[in-house]
Amino acid sequence: MAATEATVEATFREVYGRALGTLIRLTGDISTAEDAVQDAFEIAVVRWKSDGIPANPAGWVITTARNRAIDHKRRSARGRELERIAEREELKDEPMPTIDDGALEDDRLRLIFTCCHPALRREHQVALTLRLLGGLSVEEIAQAFLVSETAMARRIGRAKFKISAANIPYRVPTDADLPSRLAPVLTVLYLIYHAGNEVPNEGVSLRTEAIRLTRSLVALMPDEAEAAGLLALILLNESRVDARTSEGPVILLQDQDRSRWDRELIAEGHAIVRACIRRDQPGIYQLQAAIQAVHCNAPNMEATDWDQIVVLYDHLYSLSPSPVYLLNRSIALIEAEGPAAAIAQIDGIAQQLDGFYPLHLARATAYQRHGDDVEALVSFRRALELAPSPHDREYLQSQIDQLSAA
Amino acid sequence: MTVGQYLLSTYADPEGSATPESPPSPEQMQAMMSNLIQLEADMEASGSFVFGGHLHGQDAATVVGSHEGDVVMTDGPFVESKEHLAGFYIINADDLDSALAWAARVSECVGRRIEVWPFAGTGRVADQFPSD
Repeated sequence: MAATEATVEATFREVYGRALGTLIRLTGDISTAEDAVQDAFEIAVVRWKSDGIPANPAGWVITTARNRAIDHKRRSARGRELERIAEREELKDEPMPTIDDGALEDDRLRLIFTCCHPALRREHQVALTLRLLGGLSVEEIAQAFLVSETAMARRIGRAKFKISAANIPYRVPTDADLPSRLAPVLTVLYLIYHAGNEVPNEGVSLRTEAIRLTRSLVALMPDEAEAAGLLALILLNESRVDARTSEGPVILLQDQDRSRWDRELIAEGHAIVRACIRRDQPGIYQLQAAIQAVHCNAPNMEATDWDQIVVLYDHLYSLSPSPVYLLNRSIALIEAEGPAAAIAQIDGIAQQLDGFYPLHLARATAYQRHGDDVEALVSFRRALELAPSPHDREYLQSQIDQLSAA
Repeated sequence: MTVGQYLLSTYADPEGSATPESPPSPEQMQAMMSNLIQLEADMEASGSFVFGGHLHGQDAATVVGSHEGDVVMTDGPFVESKEHLAGFYIINADDLDSALAWAARVSECVGRRIEVWPFAGTGRVADQFPSD
């Protein structure tokens, strides 16, 4: 059955990261593997369009890319780059690989630890993960992070150079190293999701990719409670994306139509959070997921268990003393204990977070609830000066207009 | 698996913060030395040790430049900085993770941060770039 070009592209992207992981293992070199998978894509566009999508597209891409890598090696046996492959007997002599999903997923896991190695700087980890595991184009990644395509290509190139020059290994870390190595992987996946969340409509591919990668991380490392926590956090967030988004500015929690929340995602997120609680190895992602679970459980703002949310923020702050957690706690305090308690909390962190617009937004909201419109207006104006996104500025401006008119 | 070579290096700042507040006591010196001797024995036993050394300070360094036959010498180091290369190891390691593990142990022994540099090539230039 013939396939459309869009189906071919979608299927190819779906299997890209898995195929590339295996090719990197077989060829021992990222660039060689990328070239071979790219060659396989060009063949797939022609072949799949006329013959249809093969039953096992990942297996097809790996076999085709592997044959291309061998051909390439034969044609330019003198190339320095490819001589290194020739040394690797396994590529020459290995029989056609049998493609089993377990082995593919293992390759993918190895690759994510390479991309998120702590010797690489964070922005390089993020870009490399999206490129090599997500299969996003350099252009797409550049757009998502608001840099030029040239700059993003250079960033990815430098990261690949360091992996090869410093010989960053392609393997899952030992148990002893795992805690320090898993943390950057979770951070990178969270940052990718977060970047997609900032721009709800344009960011859908980043969010989809983050969800897919986190799902496979959880499947591969079922013993890691924090990986499960991150998945729950992302799913519960994702359940509200449609309700947050419309034509205009972002719709805040209190104004959302909760019937538009995705019940299936919430059910899945809740099940993971419950499993995490039974496991009793709390961590920052699990606690943030638990907070989201409380929100998703409530039919409206008033019926939300705000006391529980305050307790969860206390726990979170005890594990990781970030003033941002105190800020979020203060927002829950408005509902749990009233605006005066919240204002006291906000004043305590105001100096530390002065350049962070959510602080001023929270302060404005607390003063508004307290009945002090003058102080509220001061803080809304300060928030407007600092807010980076046009959606947020639009919301802040509308609040200022309302208060000024009153 | 090809084994690579890495430079583990550290800097000293005789006047600044890289040096501990007060000079180490004889007991502390003794402990550091015996830790280093143990570390080097472990490096040796695993086939990782290639070479190591510690350097005199800036007062002993000279810079030589040569341009169209003119040799120019300057007293002191090349980089005008309070810090200078104080000591280094050259090690064999399977990959960056093994090199980082050695660097962490060196750092623990000497109480300084260690830079880890992969070599782009080692040995004689004639061997690295055969002219045939």
